[in-house]
Amino acid sequence: MAILVACGSFGAGLLGALTGLGGGIVVVPMLTLLFHVDLRYAIGASLVSVIATSSGAAAAYVREGYTNVRIGIFLEVATTIGALAGAALASVVPTSALAVLFGIVLLYTASRSLQGREEHLAAAPHPWAVKMRLNGSYPTASGMKSYVVQGVPQGFATMFAAGILSALLGIGSGVVKVLAMDRAMKLPFKVSTTTSNFMIGVTAAASAGVYLHRGYIEPEIAFPVMLGVLAGALLGARLLAVARTDWLRKLFTAVVAIMAIQMLYKGFTGGL
Amino acid sequence: MSEPSVDIPPAPRSGGPSGRWNDREVEQLVGRLLQIGVLIATIVVLIGGAALLATHGGDVASFRIFRGATSELRSVTAAVRGAMAHDPRGIVQLGLVLLIATPVARVALTLVAFVLQKDRLYVLLTAIVLALLLVGLFS
Repeated sequence: MAILVACGSFGAGLLGALTGLGGGIVVVPMLTLLFHVDLRYAIGASLVSVIATSSGAAAAYVREGYTNVRIGIFLEVATTIGALAGAALASVVPTSALAVLFGIVLLYTASRSLQGREEHLAAAPHPWAVKMRLNGSYPTASGMKSYVVQGVPQGFATMFAAGILSALLGIGSGVVKVLAMDRAMKLPFKVSTTTSNFMIGVTAAASAGVYLHRGYIEPEIAFPVMLGVLAGALLGARLLAVARTDWLRKLFTAVVAIMAIQMLYKGFTGGL
Repeated sequence: MSEPSVDIPPAPRSGGPSGRWNDREVEQLVGRLLQIGVLIATIVVLIGGAALLATHGGDVASFRIFRGATSELRSVTAAVRGAMAHDPRGIVQLGLVLLIATPVARVALTLVAFVLQKDRLYVLLTAIVLALLLVGLFS
């Protein structure tokens, strides 16, 4: 079973990296629906794999200078509080409700991946962004380009919600994080994607610490998941330059949508 | 918005007057730390995982039923103890704990950097994040 789980996780990591949606979102549905793993073990294993892939990717982005470390730290205050709140909620929320919530997040992810992403850069910064020195610059083909940050309070509030979702469902919730930074804070894509990734590891570590004490992190199920997802994500990052990703994205979106329907069905029928 | 200025200077990319521990150097260090943390954790998990498969690869373990509350490996110290006793499950758990500790170490490193830069606001924010992470991991 460990080998099968590792292969499935490898596929999740590979597709997650190639489509930019992250593999974490399909790990929990795969473990629960396909391998009939208890939801709590699945969440623990998924969180650990999320830390591995996001930290690995963040290492490269940070050194290339795309990541805005100050924005990351500021928003991590919201995501870690959210994650601890989510971990506390997880012990009282019934499994069926978690399955329904998961289904909704999966559906939302699928619909977001079909829509294009629009970059709306702001002309003037939010006053807090000036005080907190959140405005920054990032490397482009034509040299360093500076940008300003909008919607600081909205971004912070959305990150709190992203932290709760991350802990409750064992996902990186990169979709929500990127949404907060694209739409509310109006950051350039490169900056929002890499800064989101930078925060995902810290957010996941906050709830993973709590779940360790609750026994959600079971070595026998977490090790094939972590190694599989990490290997898949590393290969995906290598292939990204040469692979055609549009049909892969459609394939992955279809997988996510099918899992969404299954999670909703299990949630409403109490089959999980 | 309230500030009509359009001439926004880029974020300062240099820290203290000494030039040590500027933002660029911190980014390089943070990147290196994350890389090393994930690498070490992966190696430990690989060793433990291989030992697990070797000792009872044939068993079909079922995780349908949650027994986590009775697991003996539910803390950082328990994982260290398990690994010291050469228990394959303990070695894997130690690797997973090292992985969880990697972002925590990253936050601690940024805290040191902001202290050296005398950036009081970010010292405070980073200290809050670090405290929350440690509460999650050790309480």
